[in-house]
Order: sequence, then structure tokens, then C-alpha cells
Amino acid sequence: MVDLVEMTPCAGLVPVTAGALRLTEAAPGWVTVLAPYKGQQGALGRALAQAHGLGWPEPGEVIAGKSGAVQWFGRDLALLVGPEPAAALAKHAALTDQSDAWAVLRIEGPGATAVMARLTPLDLRESVFGVGRTARTDVAHMAGAVTRAGTDAYDIMAFRSMAASLVHEVAMAMRRVAARTQ
Amino acid sequence: MRIDGKGRIDRTRRVSFSFDGHRHTGFSGDTLASALLADGVRVMGRSFKYHRPRGAMTAGSEEPNALVTLGLGAAQVPNCRATTTELHEGLVARSQNRWPSLGFDVLAVNDLMAPFFGAGFYYKTFMWPRAFWEKVYEPAIRRAAGLGALSGQPAEDRYERAYAHCDLLVIGGGPAGLMAALAAAEAGADVILAEEDVALGGRLLAETEEVDGQDGGDWAAEMAARLGAMPNVRIMTRTAVTGAYDGGTFGALERTAPDIEGRPHAPAGCFWRIAARRAVLAAGALERPVAFPNNDRPGVMMAGAVRAYLNRWGVAAGRSVLVFGNNDSAHRTVADLQEAGVHVAALVDARAHATCGHDVAFYPGAQVTGTAGRRGVEAVCIATARGEERIAADTVAVSGGWNPTVHLACHTGARPVWDDRLAAFLPPEGAVPGMRVAGAAAGHFSTRACLKSGLAEGRHAAKDLGLKAPATDLPPASDGSFDILPLWQVEGRGRAWLDFQNDVTVKDVELAARENFRSVEHMKRYTTQGMAPDQGKNSNVGALAVLAEATGRSIPATGTTTFRPPFVPVPIAAMGAGGKGKTFAPERFTTSHAGTIRRGAPMIEAGLWYRPSYFPRKGETHWRQSCDREVMMVREAVGVCDVSTLGKIDVQGPDAAQFLDFLYTNAMSKLAPGRVRYGLMLREDGHVMDDGTCARLAEDHFLVTTTTAAAGAVMRHADFAGQVLRPGWDARAVSVTEQWAQFAVAGPRARDVLADVLDDQGALDDLPFMGCGPVAVGGVAARLFRISFSGETGYEIAVPARFGASLFEALVTRAESLGGGAYGMEALNVLRIEKGFITHAEIHGRVTAFDVGMQGMMSRKKDFIGKPAASREGLMDEGREQLVGLKPVGAVKELLPGSHLFNEAAEPVAANDQGYITSACYSPTLGHVIGLGFLARGRARIGERVRAVDHLRGSATICEVCAPGWVDPEGGRMRG
Amino acid sequence: MRIPCPLCGMRDLREFSVRGAALPEPEGAAWSAAWDDYLHNRDNPAGESREFWYHGQGCGAWLVVTRDTVTHEIADVVLAGAEAGA
Repeated sequence: MVDLVEMTPCAGLVPVTAGALRLTEAAPGWVTVLAPYKGQQGALGRALAQAHGLGWPEPGEVIAGKSGAVQWFGRDLALLVGPEPAAALAKHAALTDQSDAWAVLRIEGPGATAVMARLTPLDLRESVFGVGRTARTDVAHMAGAVTRAGTDAYDIMAFRSMAASLVHEVAMAMRRVAARTQ
Repeated sequence: MRIDGKGRIDRTRRVSFSFDGHRHTGFSGDTLASALLADGVRVMGRSFKYHRPRGAMTAGSEEPNALVTLGLGAAQVPNCRATTTELHEGLVARSQNRWPSLGFDVLAVNDLMAPFFGAGFYYKTFMWPRAFWEKVYEPAIRRAAGLGALSGQPAEDRYERAYAHCDLLVIGGGPAGLMAALAAAEAGADVILAEEDVALGGRLLAETEEVDGQDGGDWAAEMAARLGAMPNVRIMTRTAVTGAYDGGTFGALERTAPDIEGRPHAPAGCFWRIAARRAVLAAGALERPVAFPNNDRPGVMMAGAVRAYLNRWGVAAGRSVLVFGNNDSAHRTVADLQEAGVHVAALVDARAHATCGHDVAFYPGAQVTGTAGRRGVEAVCIATARGEERIAADTVAVSGGWNPTVHLACHTGARPVWDDRLAAFLPPEGAVPGMRVAGAAAGHFSTRACLKSGLAEGRHAAKDLGLKAPATDLPPASDGSFDILPLWQVEGRGRAWLDFQNDVTVKDVELAARENFRSVEHMKRYTTQGMAPDQGKNSNVGALAVLAEATGRSIPATGTTTFRPPFVPVPIAAMGAGGKGKTFAPERFTTSHAGTIRRGAPMIEAGLWYRPSYFPRKGETHWRQSCDREVMMVREAVGVCDVSTLGKIDVQGPDAAQFLDFLYTNAMSKLAPGRVRYGLMLREDGHVMDDGTCARLAEDHFLVTTTTAAAGAVMRHADFAGQVLRPGWDARAVSVTEQWAQFAVAGPRARDVLADVLDDQGALDDLPFMGCGPVAVGGVAARLFRISFSGETGYEIAVPARFGASLFEALVTRAESLGGGAYGMEALNVLRIEKGFITHAEIHGRVTAFDVGMQGMMSRKKDFIGKPAASREGLMDEGREQLVGLKPVGAVKELLPGSHLFNEAAEPVAANDQGYITSACYSPTLGHVIGLGFLARGRARIGERVRAVDHLRGSATICEVCAPGWVDPEGGRMRG
Repeated sequence: MRIPCPLCGMRDLREFSVRGAALPEPEGAAWSAAWDDYLHNRDNPAGESREFWYHGQGCGAWLVVTRDTVTHEIADVVLAGAEAGA
């Protein structure tokens, strides 16, 4: 018998602050990829509503509820973030546990958008990418996801194995932005 | 010399700086050039080839002469234009391309040798001996000619890069750009207004124009404030748009304001990629010189620059100015100078019909034929209808007309269009989709016309964006017609410069034409005209006009060279920002990374991953000692290795089995739940793409592993198969590489290690070779696979990655207590070569299943990707190079991967090539070197002798051909 | 270059990778002249071209991009395989 100790992807790497900008690690809880089977998107949406008070998202959408959120995650893919997926979902979709696969960082503070503009080619104008929108995109050459949590707040997801690179890149951009506005 | 009451500088803030070690003072708002001119410094550089003293000729980014080196040490930046360098406290600038000093330059002797240094002189002079080309001639020429130099020290990564997005990008913040931005912004468009200068206003800052009843500069400042207050407008000053690319993408170089320099992490600049749905090019126009003899002497300056120094910076370019032009720009210069109290020696107007309203010596129909003076202009020779005249003056203000800044409109390949009335090239219409051109860049030269076209193009862009532009008033401003008499060169004694930065004269272009380099592209390369950092901004049109004359063609028939980005020089450091050190590429670390480093393992890169090479122990001084020990540890006790880097793909759904049958050559649908099978994937062309294992976790749930190297490619391949080739099938593939930390535990004591960590030993006892199943470790749900890449009893255990670091420690500690421990990539490689297992060293993209002896794995009963192509006779021909084992049997005992194989008696030349070695190692198990390779008809040649020759490293080894796989070829140990 | 992904909207080129001409896979599991043409004898059009692109740094969708190889203008982008029904 052994006792296994858990470690978060960004343990020891965050928090990072620069000026009024702050980078922390988010603890999303359960993260499950929902990949609906053929023709099951509608049924999956209803099952999500029933089990979790959520639904199936449109591209770029995050449906947030009391128990968690469903985040669009690609072609015919979404993430259930927060709750353990109800067994009923498995009838309509392939469920894949990704709770350990992603490093999730929260960057916030005035200038957070300027920091993101140094990391991703995504169009971050509020008219295009408003609060609650999500995108799969390139983040400092890493395949990741960006979700706008507030006017000046973003959640960045990248592979767990790349957590150190991600923190390094974001921290550098934060310091550069802070140096301009100091 | 400063003129009281003139200029837009802040005279309350003095700024001290140094130039070539001398201290100077200027004012806030000065450029380095304006401050030096104000302090009476005229010579700011030496020319490229002839080392002629040169002064600032322009007041903008097109400056060819006044190039300086800024900063000291590793951070020094060469070839900065003094005309755009913002003055700031403590600025250190040095002149370039001179020795020992700017005032006395030994290599000025080159100028006396000028008759021998014409265009193409290197090609003619330095022909013999050939051995001298690179050793003697090139270093000497490079020392003699050139611009500034880099420090040679590694520089800190001081640039950043960023993206910006907008509906409309307005390039240039002069009157046209300001109006375009306002019109579109008022319609609701997201506007980025990019201006390379520190302030908006363009020529309005350099002229004494009135707009809307007030000073033009004040009007521009008011507009800047008004636009800046709009939430949908982003003003980017100090930002030069450098290139126009496909799909509305633009490159732009931002210099950060000097006042942030010195702050920790402050960037020197930013390279922007701007995506814009529409663009308005309002980049203005550049005044062009006239090629008259000795037109490069310090003191010869563009007329518009003389006005800029006067009106913007309050600096008189000289005490006595002769103005020479072929258009009204010259007359305006006279008016401004006289108004400021600067003496105008004469106005020389090439137009015979011109009249003059100023109280000045006026010479219509005359031309400047030369200048005289030691370190600068002292006298000017002119030719009038009455004959030659010599006039004392220290400055010549020249205007040869205006070239609209068409560059960005031509970056996607279009050529500009000649306009006879303006004697200039205009941007081609619609050349860059979504881009419209306004203001002087479109050939509108009066202030009113600029404002009007800016307004119109801004409104047009808004309409294209589907927005309705409200009425915007056109502010009143001066209008006027443009009258020009084309004048490119003036005959006379002495050289007349076209390209100041590369020292190319009229004679050079004429020589090129005589030697039959008549195409403008050939002339450019022969003379190097337009190939300096200014890319011919001051000289291209003039040079091709001279070429046109020399070849008897018209200017449009002669044509222009190709316009390419960048519009202004961009430091490589800016384009490559973030491409250095840790940010060169993302680094991927396994969960055992920290524990591995703690054990002193040197890491090697495997794609983006970092994996341990070996784990050195006390007393081991060479990697081979560690590697040999680790191999024997696995063969005799137990070893632990992090294999999380292998790609892992979850495949689920009713059609999952069918889908995997399609991806793999062998049938995965036959696999029972709880079992694992080795599989091979082919590309469509029938060659091996990757190998790995496929575990059936449940009836419609599989877990596929890929090699570390091909994980991304296999995911892409699986997505293509699922989405495009078989879109009707119901199978979903999701990468779980990052979710699971997975460790190989291998060796005769592997079971003991696992028994100690698993919550329930029963699972272990029941698990057959090539079986898999769920287990628990410390209450954590885990997966156990019984597979082996070493040939020993082997398991792989996977836990959610958060527990990876902890499980690695637990496994290694237990292995160590049993005489084993962690092993690295070196040992892993030896273990698999001893077994004859392949990696991407063998399946390198050009081999087939037949070549690696796996033709039996290609199912005849089902369809799979690559099947039709793999069935070609040629891919299964017995004569092909086939996988074999090799061992040295002669005196030489080394085998080098990359060596080629030859028949023992054959000469080792390409024609006799029989194959090559892909992998080799010393096998501590066998006590000798072994290798894997491909040999023609190899499987039929077991027992034969071949010669392995490495021509590069000079090695030749006689080998015996063996079946690949030496240790336990029957596989009893891994099954047992 | 920018590509309008049907799912993600207009995105920068760096998120995509190209595979080649969007040709239908030939019928049959046996080697044939059609397979030979499909693999080896491809056109290299100066003008309109239909290509497979992968939005790998984005939504993971395979796309069929119709574009002009001379002007680089993109005429149409659709999800590949969509015609077979979701």
C-alpha cells in the first residue's frame, strides 16, 4: 500500500504578480470531455440540463450554472467543468476524464487583455470575444483554450506538461505590460 | 542654429546627450538630428563606399545618411536613423563607418580611388586568384565598406510581439489619415491609427499650414485628443506599418517611448501583427532629390526637411540657404525661411515659366550644377540661360518632386502606375484587397485635397464594413494645384548621387545600361542601387528615370523593381521576439521531472519533451557505466521508467472497433476486452506511419498508444480518418496523453514492486501477458497493462497525472530496495535493440511493413488505411532492404548508425550500396556491440558477412547478419 | 493569411496546417490507376484550388478550403466530411 500525494500542474510556479496584474492557478474540479455520439447532441443537451442544470454549447460558448459549466471545446466537443459527470450522460456521449490533463491559469487585472494580446492571435475585442466566450487557440505556440472570465480576466488552458512554459510566457508578458504602464 | 519662437519643442525641458563622446544639449521633442543640427553639427556619418562626409538629408525614416549607433555594449543598436531617434536624457550616439574619427577618416582615400570603384568593380577587379575570394578580398572589402556593426555579444531579448485586431487600420496619421480614422470611427468602426512618428499630424507638424482656422499642428493635436477619447479608436504612435500580407494581415514595428527605458523588463519595441478587415493607406509622400554633381555634400537637404527642421524643431538648417526645385515646394521653403529670418541666397527654379512672389534672387529656368566646400557646402554653382554663376551658400534645399508612398499597396505583388501630371508613381487600384489609398499617397498634394480624400476613403471603408457614416464636416484648409517639370539629373563635372546610402551615382547606372544590364532589376543588382537599408526610398524613382533616359525608354516602360516588406528596417530581434532560450519552443515535462532532476539525470529532448538520459550513481564517471548498469538492472532485478510521453488516445463508441481496424493494419476488433495488442499504422501511401499498442478496456472503449515522436501526427491522422474518410462511423477519439502518468516497471522483480504498491494483489496475479485492467493504488483508480518493451516481465501502470510524481517516487524507492532503480533513454534503447524492437530510427518514413518483417500483420480480410498502396508489388519485393541484426565479427568492434552496408568483397561506393545501419549499441547482456539496419534481401542473408562503412567518421567493420533480436528470442521471459 | 473556420470564425494562419488537395479517396482496397492518380499525379493549379486544412491549434476540425493559389483569396471554407451527415 502506498499513499499517493497529489500535485497541481502549476504547483510552485504561481502566483505571479506584476504591477496590478495577477496570475493564479484555477482549480476547476472535474474536467470531462463530452464527445456526443452520432445524432446525440440534442439528447446530450437535455441530459446535461436534467443532471447538471446545463446544456450543450454553441461554438465559443460557455454555459455556466450553479454546479459548474459546460465549455465548448472543439468540433463536436465540450468540457463539463466542475461536477463529476452523471452516469446518464454516457448514453449519449463518449466521456473522457481530463481532470489532470490541463493546466488552468487565471490572469486578471487592468492590462490583462494586453497580456493576452502578446500570447494569442485571437481577436480579443469585447465585441468579438466578450465575457463568457471561449476559444480553442494558439497560446504562445501551445494548443490551448482561452475563456474570458471578465473584462480584465481570462482563464488559459494548456497541456499539463507545458505548465512551466505557459507560466513563464504569461509572466514575461505580464512584466512587459506592467513596465509600460508603471 | 535655433530660431527663437519657432518649433514644437518644449524649451523648458533641456535634454543632454552625447555624440561621438562630445556632450550636447537639446530640448524635449527634438530628434537626434535636429539637436545636432541646432548645435551646428552637420557631418553625421560617412558614406558606405567612398567614406564621404554626409549630413542629414531628410527629417524622416527615409534618411539615407545620418545613421548612427545607439547605446553601448551588448545592447548597442547600429544603423539607427538620427532623424527618427527621439532625444532623451543620457542618449549615447556614435557615428559609423569611419576610423579614427568622423572628422578624419583614413578610408576617405577610397574617394580618390573612385574611378576604379564604379558599379560592378568587385566582379571585375577581384577575379584572381580564386583562393583570395573569401580569405583576402571579402574581409578587406567588408572592412572598407559598410555601415554600423553589432557588438558581437549576446543580446538580451528586449523585444516583444503582439497581435491587434480592428475593423479598419489607418496607416499614417497625417491630415488624410486623421480624417479617415475620424470618419470610420464616427460610423462605429473599430479603428487602429498607426503612425510611425511620435505624434500625429504628418506634414502638418512640419509646415505653416492652417486647418480649420488654426495652426495645422494644433488642429492635429486636437484631432488626436478627440480620436483618443473614442473607445473604438486605438492610436498607435511610434508604430511603422512594415508590411501588407494576405487576408488583411499587416506587420508593424513599434518603438517604445524612451522614458520607459531602464525600467525592469521594459521592452525596446514590439513587433505587431495587425489583422484588419479594411485598411486606408495614408502614408503620405516622400520628397525626392535631384542628381546634380556633388549633391551629397553636407548641407544639401530636401526642401521639405529644411522646413521641417525650421517649423517643427525651430532649427535653421544653415545661415544662408539656396533653394532649388522644379515645383512649388521650393517657393514655400523660401517663404518659411524668410519669415523666420533665415537668409535665402537664391531661388533656383528649373521651370522657365515660374514666377516668384518673394523678395529673393530668383533664377527661373535654371539648375544647380554643383557644390563646393570642404566639410560641407560653401558655394553652389548654377547654370542659367545667361551662363554659369557661383553663389555663396552653406545649405541647398532641394525639391525634385514628391513620390507617393505606394510601398504597402504593392507588397502583394502589384506594380505602381506612372502619372505624367505628377511625374510620379501612384498606387495601383485594388492591389491589396480591402485597402484604399488616401491623401498624398494617392497623389493628392494640397492639404485640402488630403483632408477630403481621407474623409472620403474613411467613409468608404465604413460603408464597406456595413456601417453608416454620419456626416462629418470637411475642415477648411489651403488648396492649390501641383505644377512640376520633371527633372532627374543635371549634367556637370563630378559625380551626381542617386543612392546616397549605397553610394550609387548617375554614372554607375549609365555604366550598367552600357554593359547591357538594361532591366531595372538587373541594374539594381549590378549597381546595388536600392539595396541599402533604406531600400531606395530616396533613389528608386530617380535611378530608373536615369536608366530610362540611358536606354531610350519611357519611365513606365522601364518599370519599377519589386516592392517587398519591410517598409522600414526591422531588427531581427523584433521579428524573432520570444524565440530565444526558454521561449524558443514550449518545454514538456513529465510528472517525474523534478524527481528525475533530483536524481542527477541529464535530460535529453524528445520532440518537446524532456526525458532522462540515464541516472548516474556514485562512482560512475561515464554515461556508458550508468547505461550498462541500468540495462543489467532491468535484466536481473527491476527498472522503472517514465513512459508518459507516449501518445495515448481514448477511442469510444459503437463503431470504435471498426474504426481501429481501419487505422491499424491488423484487426483490433478481434481483441477481447482486457487484452492488449501490438499494432502497425500505415500512411495512405502504404509506408509505416507509427506503431504502438491498442488496449481494449471495454467492449466499445479502446486505449491506443503511439510513439512519443508521432503522437501529434497520429491524432491528426485519426481525426482525418474519423471526420473525412469515415464520417458516418460512430467512434470518438480523444487524446489522454496528458491525463495519465504512466510508468514502465520491468524486470524479473517487477511483480514484487507492483505487489507492494497495488491495493489488491489479486489483479496482478490474474493479469496475463498482453492483458490490461483497472487497479487501485492507495485508493486511486489506476490502469495496469502487462506489456514489455524490454523483453523482461513488464508492466505499465497509469495513474491520473496529479499522482504521477508521488507514484514515481514510490516505484523507484521499492525498485531500489530490490536491487533495481530508475532507468533512462539510453538503457531503454539498449534493451529494445537487444530484443530487435523497432523505433522511429527504423520506421523513418521510407519503410514498409514488409521491410520490417511485419507483412503478416497486414490483414487480408479487412480494409485499412494504406492497404491499396501497400499491396503494390514493388513494396513487397524480395530485393528490398529488410530489417536485420548486425554484429561485428572482425578486428574492428564498433558499429555506427548511419554507416552503409556493402558486400564484404565489394568496393564501398554508392553503386554497391546494400543498406544501412539505423541503431547500434553496446549490449552489456551479450558483452559486445550489436546493431539494427536494413539490408537488401536481408532476411535471406542471415549468417552472411557484410562490411559496414561510415565514410564520414572513417570507420569500417565486418559484420555478421543476424536475425534482429538477441535476448530471449522466443519471448519466454516477458510471457513468464 | 487568415482562414474563416466555420466553427471558430476568422483565425490566423498559424493555427492551421495544410494536407493537400481535397480529393475523394478512390474506391476499392486494391491498387488501381485511380489510387495511383490520387497519390502521385496531382494537379498544381494556378487559380482555384480545393484543399484539406486542419485546425489543429484550434477546434480540431478538418476543413475544405477553396482558395485561389494566385491571389490567395479564400472563396469558401466548409467542415470536411460534413456532407456525410453528423
